[in-house]
Amino acid sequence: MTAIDPTAHLTDEQIEELGRELDAIRDEIIASRGEKDAAYIRKVISAQRKLELTSRGILLFSFFPPAWLIGTAGLSVAKIMDNMEIGHNILHGQWDWMRDPKIHSTTWEWDHVSPAEQWKHSHNELHHTYTNVIGKDNDLGYGIMRVDEDQKWHPMHLGQPVWNFINACFFEYGIAAYDLELGKNLHKRRRNNPEFRARAKAVGRKIRKQVLKDYVIHPLLSGPSFLTTLAATFTANLIRNLWSHSVIMCGHFPEGVQVFERRSIKGETRGQWYLRQMMGSANISGSKAMHFMTGNLSHQIEHHLFPDLPSNRYAEVAVKVKALFEKYELEYVTGPLPKQVFSAWRKVFRLSLPNRKPKVKAPSRDKELVAA
Amino acid sequence: MTSAALRSRAWKFLELVTTPLLPSDYLDLVSPLRAGADLRGRIEAVHRETDDAATIVIRPGKGWRGHVAGQYVRVGVDVDGVRLWRAYSVTSPTSRADGRITITVKAIPDGKVSNHLVRRAKPGTVIQLDQATGEFVLPETTPAKVLYLTAGSGITPVMGMLRDTKLADVVMVHSAPRKEDVIFRSDLHDLVADKALTLVELHTDTDGMLDVAGLEELVPDWAERETWACGPTGLLDAAEAHWAAHGIAGKLHTERFRPTVVVAGEGGEVTFGKTGKTVEADGATPLLNVGEEAGVLMPSGCRMGICFGCVTPLKSGAVRDLRTGEITEAEDGVLVQTCVSAAAGPCELER
Repeated sequence: MTAIDPTAHLTDEQIEELGRELDAIRDEIIASRGEKDAAYIRKVISAQRKLELTSRGILLFSFFPPAWLIGTAGLSVAKIMDNMEIGHNILHGQWDWMRDPKIHSTTWEWDHVSPAEQWKHSHNELHHTYTNVIGKDNDLGYGIMRVDEDQKWHPMHLGQPVWNFINACFFEYGIAAYDLELGKNLHKRRRNNPEFRARAKAVGRKIRKQVLKDYVIHPLLSGPSFLTTLAATFTANLIRNLWSHSVIMCGHFPEGVQVFERRSIKGETRGQWYLRQMMGSANISGSKAMHFMTGNLSHQIEHHLFPDLPSNRYAEVAVKVKALFEKYELEYVTGPLPKQVFSAWRKVFRLSLPNRKPKVKAPSRDKELVAA
Repeated sequence: MTSAALRSRAWKFLELVTTPLLPSDYLDLVSPLRAGADLRGRIEAVHRETDDAATIVIRPGKGWRGHVAGQYVRVGVDVDGVRLWRAYSVTSPTSRADGRITITVKAIPDGKVSNHLVRRAKPGTVIQLDQATGEFVLPETTPAKVLYLTAGSGITPVMGMLRDTKLADVVMVHSAPRKEDVIFRSDLHDLVADKALTLVELHTDTDGMLDVAGLEELVPDWAERETWACGPTGLLDAAEAHWAAHGIAGKLHTERFRPTVVVAGEGGEVTFGKTGKTVEADGATPLLNVGEEAGVLMPSGCRMGICFGCVTPLKSGAVRDLRTGEITEAEDGVLVQTCVSAAAGPCELER
């Protein structure tokens, strides 16, 4: 947390007015949701399936280097599409309004080792409700890193650049462990909790299926190309992991993003909740292709304000949201991907060491934000 | 190994190849009407019948098991991107050579699906289908004398029967506002010309509404006839009363094609279908809280309408979104966010 509260200039009434203006933006999109949006997600899903099928088909001949390259590139893109623009957003309920049981948050499953059901709980409920609240939102460093001065330093944090890199490479496993709250649940007392064991079993089943598909069945189907296909699927998973880890780091870790104290959200109003989402998220600027490949998480601020609006509408929402940032004199944190990734990594390195100088006691946010 | 067992093994293996998707997710991309797929149909043509009615020609998927004349089929149509299900009578004969079926739809005021099908449906569109169902059919031994009593779009199941089964002695009393509103008018007059039908055609704008009590004047032997009636509630209520008064209620078969209208109010009785609990709820308390207080195990999440962790099927009635005031009515596949929805009249949740 920065020493100065960047929202200190807003009165309670202004915050509630901001909330009403954001509600109006949301209502406008909901009223205009329709056939075009439905056609969009169906087109993306169909394109992803065709790309995955074609890429895996090409990889049957991965013994030939050009086939390996094209197949691996295609499969990487297909896996990224599956996780980002399709899976993440469907599991948020962004497309539930279509009432299509095949494209619904309650029935969807994704190409990921964490079962959709568990991810929805830790991501939609915990992270999106308690965004950037220290001690409540485990996305803040995933429980293995310190990403804000206000988080307590521990010698374990010395290694956090290494932990972060390993986590990036095997991100889907990191997410699965995180959704299981392994750190907490591996304690002796909790380990035998039947509910935890059932969830761990579900993750085990999902991992087995994913591994069997990517590292046994498809390589076997490739016959003489067994080893090269194995390398190709491994590479595609690695690329997908590095990419999604980078995009997600950009959402909440870059410099300028605010974190909040547990007590600051007590009795939080709708307007204050919105304000926390605005200050606790960061965007990525770039081309249409960039927005698409990030699953429109490049519009992280808009996504956090309205997690259930269809992703294809965030770009138009962003124009209006940005205008509100200007109106209320708030900082809209955004930048190109390399800059934001660098900023996030710099923080990971910087905060691996204890705070340099004794922290100036910041004026606590709850005084400003919460009507006592 | 039998071929069925072999096929099931092969399918299991394919599932390992396509996980987390199913092989059918890929097959649906190229062949949505194949055997084994969810039942769907493709709209092949839309023929205008009257100003506000059209016949939709549908090629059903391989899984279609056929229908009995008079039955209806539920169709799932995407209107403005939202899948809505409605039931329409099948109007084609069972013997149709090309295997297509037709439904005939009259656009009703504010009817989302009917207006979409009549005015905007395009050939090539894939829709969802259910197997045909319904008891409004002729018995196996056809009765000697039949009366069809219909009004408006109530003619549709009867047209299916007329086209399907030739009867020796059949009278039809049909009402519509004006001549040009009579669906299938030329088909009916062709049947009359062929002496296959005796038709009493009433235009209510000029002739006034049919008085069921005075049916005897139009069809003197009405009481001897096995009767099938379909039309607005008023007509059917009057017919049931009339037949009952003459002690021949068993000779009357009716089909009500308009569902009971949901009256959306403030609050109401909430039923939790699986647990069998019923409680009174006001129009401001989220159904999630209502359920929890009643001791029903409700899924929940953020409790503010963002995470969709609490969505629950709405089996009947209506709920109001506490954020927008929007009313959602029960329909197949309708899930509501219980944390931001309150009862808008009596309703039932699947919990």
